[in-house]
Amino acid sequence: MHILEAVILGTLFGFVLHRIGAANPQNIINMLRLKDLHLMKVILFAIGFSCLFLFLGLHFGLVPKSHIHVKTAYVGVIVGGLIFGSGFAIGGYCPGTSLVALGSLRKDALAFILGGLTGAFLFMLSFGYLKHTFLFNKIAGGKATLADTGIAKYHALITGFPGVAVGVAIGALFMVIAVLLPLSTGNSDN
Amino acid sequence: MEERWNWLAGGLALGLTCLLAVYLIKPIGVSTQYVILDGMIWNAVSGDLVKKDPAAPKGYSSRNPYLNKSGGKYAKNIANPVNYSFIFVLSMILGGILSSLTAASRASVSERVAPPVWQKRFGSDPIKRYFFAFLAGVLVLYGARLAGGCTSGHMISGMMQTSLSGYLFAAGVFASGIPLAVILFKDSGN
Repeated sequence: MHILEAVILGTLFGFVLHRIGAANPQNIINMLRLKDLHLMKVILFAIGFSCLFLFLGLHFGLVPKSHIHVKTAYVGVIVGGLIFGSGFAIGGYCPGTSLVALGSLRKDALAFILGGLTGAFLFMLSFGYLKHTFLFNKIAGGKATLADTGIAKYHALITGFPGVAVGVAIGALFMVIAVLLPLSTGNSDN
Repeated sequence: MEERWNWLAGGLALGLTCLLAVYLIKPIGVSTQYVILDGMIWNAVSGDLVKKDPAAPKGYSSRNPYLNKSGGKYAKNIANPVNYSFIFVLSMILGGILSSLTAASRASVSERVAPPVWQKRFGSDPIKRYFFAFLAGVLVLYGARLAGGCTSGHMISGMMQTSLSGYLFAAGVFASGIPLAVILFKDSGN
């Protein structure tokens, strides 16, 4: 059941999200307004760094392949992302950071979480009507990755190169973009 | 303004946390747990939402089609609240509490009602902010469930594995989030 790991990893993740400023809606909104790219640099670097070392870890057998979980790509991923993005811009919270923000006693985070429970409930009620629509049409076969993970049920879109090389290259690219992005734009005073 | 780490330290900390989670257990994800909590509440009220079902692949089934999908995986977690994913997400609140208690600087009382960028544009009425934060929560979680994941599961964990679904979700989020935030907070200055 791994309950101890759940407490340790969840607490660590919440702590880190708070310290990078992700649980402060000011930082999210100003990132989306392209005024303050601090958080964007953090996230892009984290994705690149973990991507690079995940593929190295898989290649050298340090990360168990059974721990990899690739989600299906379907039309609803994009449509859901668009709906998510509009709420993200209004609220400045996402499902995880609102919980961390609640821990730091932000009151609007509580309103967001109650809204989130309502939104998830509405989806539970609507899924039965949506599941046979185009929204669940798969894209590129569904469970696809750019770099080959070496796991048969996930197919790679970039072939002809070893998966570890593609994974490391993509990870490095994200890290380079993170370094090059400016911290803030314009003559901001924050 | 709350204390935040410099972007490189923050990116390393977030990247290492995500790697540690996939090394020990599995990639991080949050938004499913809103459904699980909804299901627990619904089941407590109605009593017969989820039930043991030896014929189901996961041993549980539900009369709600969404909770019944993937072999009753969600139904099983609703019937067994002490499971890794749910405890992980609850622990994130603890992480937020610990970080804000130990931080050098904390958010002001008024900032904990609405971020300054909101107050500059829409005023400091708490009820107005809570209403729109609630609405944002509805949109964000409805979108996340339609997409099958959120900022954690799709964006960070997904892109770390180079999942196509992760890139598609991120594209959707920023395609709506950036223009909406720019328009909504146009007069909020820097």
